[in-house]
Amino acid sequence: MAVLTDFKGEKPTWCPGCGDYGVLNALQRTAVDLGLDPEDMVVVSGIGCSGKLSAYFGSYGLHTIHGRTLPTAQGVKLANRDLTVLAAGGDGDGFGIGMGHFIHAMRRNVDITYLVMDNHIYGLTTGQTSPTSDPGFVTKTAPKGAVEFPVHPLSLALSAGCGFVAQGFSGDIPQLSAILKRAIQHKGFSFVNIFSPCVTFNKQNTYEFYKSNVVKVDDDPEYDAGNLGLAMAKIEQTQSIVTGVLYEHNRPTYEDSVPNYSKTGLATAQHVLTEADFERLLTQFQ
Amino acid sequence: MNGELGWKVGGEQGEGIDSTGEIFAWTLHRLGYYAFAYRHFMSRVKGGHTNYKIRVTDRAVGHHGDDLHILVAFDQETVNVNWNEMVGGGIVIADGTSGEIQHPETGDVHFCSIPLTGLAKESGSAIMKNMVAVGVTAAIVGLTPEDFLSVIEDRFKKKGQAVVDSNLSAVRIGYDYYNQHFSHQLRLPSRPVAIAPHHLYISGNEATALGALAAGCRVLAAYPITPATEIMYWLVKYLPEYGGVVVQAEDEISAVNMALGANYAGTRAMTSTSGPGFSLMMETLGLAGISETPLVIVDVQRSGPSTGLPTKTEQSDLYEALYGSHGESPRIVLTPTTIEECFRFAVEAFNLAETYQCPVILASDLYMGMSKGSIDSLDTSSVQIRRGKLVTQSELEGVSRGEFKRYQVSEDGISPRAIPGQKGGRFIALGNEHDEFGIEMEDQSMRVLQMDKRARKLQSFHELSGASASGPKDAQITLVGFGSTRGVIDEARTALMQQGLSVAHVQVSVVAPFPADLIRPYIAGAGTVLTVEVNSRGQLADQLRLQLGYHDKIQSCLKYDGDPMLVKDIVKRAKEVISVGSVN
Repeated sequence: MAVLTDFKGEKPTWCPGCGDYGVLNALQRTAVDLGLDPEDMVVVSGIGCSGKLSAYFGSYGLHTIHGRTLPTAQGVKLANRDLTVLAAGGDGDGFGIGMGHFIHAMRRNVDITYLVMDNHIYGLTTGQTSPTSDPGFVTKTAPKGAVEFPVHPLSLALSAGCGFVAQGFSGDIPQLSAILKRAIQHKGFSFVNIFSPCVTFNKQNTYEFYKSNVVKVDDDPEYDAGNLGLAMAKIEQTQSIVTGVLYEHNRPTYEDSVPNYSKTGLATAQHVLTEADFERLLTQFQ
Repeated sequence: MNGELGWKVGGEQGEGIDSTGEIFAWTLHRLGYYAFAYRHFMSRVKGGHTNYKIRVTDRAVGHHGDDLHILVAFDQETVNVNWNEMVGGGIVIADGTSGEIQHPETGDVHFCSIPLTGLAKESGSAIMKNMVAVGVTAAIVGLTPEDFLSVIEDRFKKKGQAVVDSNLSAVRIGYDYYNQHFSHQLRLPSRPVAIAPHHLYISGNEATALGALAAGCRVLAAYPITPATEIMYWLVKYLPEYGGVVVQAEDEISAVNMALGANYAGTRAMTSTSGPGFSLMMETLGLAGISETPLVIVDVQRSGPSTGLPTKTEQSDLYEALYGSHGESPRIVLTPTTIEECFRFAVEAFNLAETYQCPVILASDLYMGMSKGSIDSLDTSSVQIRRGKLVTQSELEGVSRGEFKRYQVSEDGISPRAIPGQKGGRFIALGNEHDEFGIEMEDQSMRVLQMDKRARKLQSFHELSGASASGPKDAQITLVGFGSTRGVIDEARTALMQQGLSVAHVQVSVVAPFPADLIRPYIAGAGTVLTVEVNSRGQLADQLRLQLGYHDKIQSCLKYDGDPMLVKDIVKRAKEVISVGSVN
């Protein structure tokens, strides 16, 4: 059985206090708790501070180009469905340049888990407006404050048919780890948005802000994560400042829905056509 | 007529023109002839002129031919557009059902007005006008209606015997009508005596798709686009039979990254596209290059720039295939020159991508991809799967955690590659510059080592010769083409030789790495070099100048009006450049 150190990769270079440390820690704990083997896991990450997660986590990794984590991760999974595949990125990577892929990945429902480290700002490029920046938020690219309506990842995911929608906070590692465990175990595409404060460039969406404002769905005994209407209402009531598993609904995965797709990892098999295969295939041209 | 017959059917798009052509071509193919079919169509579903040209020969050819002997015209526009292709003694069958179709009073052409639609209506349905036209053609060329039975059965059996019978009867009606009213005959070429066991009627796209399947490709991620979609269609039918999957991605960026992800994880995967989609894939070419991830991209080129002429052929993506994407990384660019090569190169593309751990671009074009031709075999027996330096689990024994050098600076520039799931092979594939372990870094000396390592890879490239040549090295004129123009250039060479010229032909099938040593003697020794290209800039000529020099003797025959190259285009241009040369 793998232990915590097996899931450690390179030494992180994030700013001290960065929310992404919490995400990394929670993910490492989750992997241990689930008894996963780091070399049966792949983390596909995008560009930005969050993109470094693949190097710092101890699994196989693919640090891809900006905004394309989801297509790449789906490709990995389709090549070998026996692997545990995670895609990780930030709010810029996923909801800016990569937004189109996000919606289609949810529709497609390939069995991967998508973590978004949402800090409402572009950090690695030293502080520009992000798609989730609050209206009026002042950055280097919006000196008079952001004027565009922010992306609402949770309600967007619900309306796109995502079968697992959750939100965590990197300041609450036990809860985040519990969410990630369920997300990885969920059969199908699972989406976990994570409040991951940028301590250097965002003085508005801080640890303190989330600690004092966040509502946990688990504190509501009436809450039912199988109810889409309740999930929508909860997001509305809390203005999305809510954590926990908001919605879980099982629908057949892409892998189980496309006709005849291999039940075992394609990458582990030999794929050679026999003479008889060729004879059969050539008949149509005769 | 010299061993061949050019036949064309034309009319409004959406009226069954293609199926008329298909039935005629398939019938001739099954009788043992060689058919080569070129489709002319427009980017709309209904209306607009479309035509289907079939060249029937007694030998395999790679071109639809300049000449037209029989034209079946369902409307006025078909006559207007195609009249000037008619040869003396040719026959035009015009549908006279709703008024006489007009035609120029030029040339020695027999014009036969026949109520094709009217006869079809009498036999049951106007839709069968196409079958009536097939029957008329049969009468002209000396076939019998029964010759068409096997193809008609294959097409209509599912709809019941009554449908088969009524189609065959429509053929008979056309056949009888022609024989009763007209007497002009044209002969088919002599019928080949023996039919090869694998006498196949197949398109470049189908051959490419079959090659991918044979290579072990089990994931195709693609976005529909003319003229590459048939590759998707074919694989969506056959990949599932082998456990694989075709993913219709949301866009080409997604498609290429899915293919990259799947290759990284150890399953052979590709994407197929055309110019606009290929343009969207540029960033991932760089990622595949620096992360040394195998990647196969099929670009079935069409006319650009932008949307260009979306249903017309062109060879104008060569610059993009060679240079597209920022930064510098190695890549392989294959340009298959025959349908057989589409198959062979598709197989080889996957081997090369894994051997050299870099992107391989298989660039065919609309003309190659969508034209169907009769060939005598596909080389299925020599299909091999070579996975390069992919490590086995046993080779990883004893490699301790974090010690696997995925990007080892090796002599040949190629490093051992592990795939997820293997124990001891953990690494990060990444778009950032990195050290030998795949750790992101900015160390200057390691940066240079890694850049040089990647650049070194293709020095050992030896798998494909890259070009083929015929004719003398010191020819008066040497014709040089790449990709789909092999057939037409070969015929132009013959025509020029018949006029007493000394002519050589070099056809380039691998543009990168450029087969300079093989080509150089033919350029060095030639009086004049004429590149033949379906683009406006002479992109291949630029490669010759860049790789070999000889700027003063390289000229080009270029076509970019949407139509494929013809023999006469090349002959005319060759004579122009030779006469200018001789004046000097």
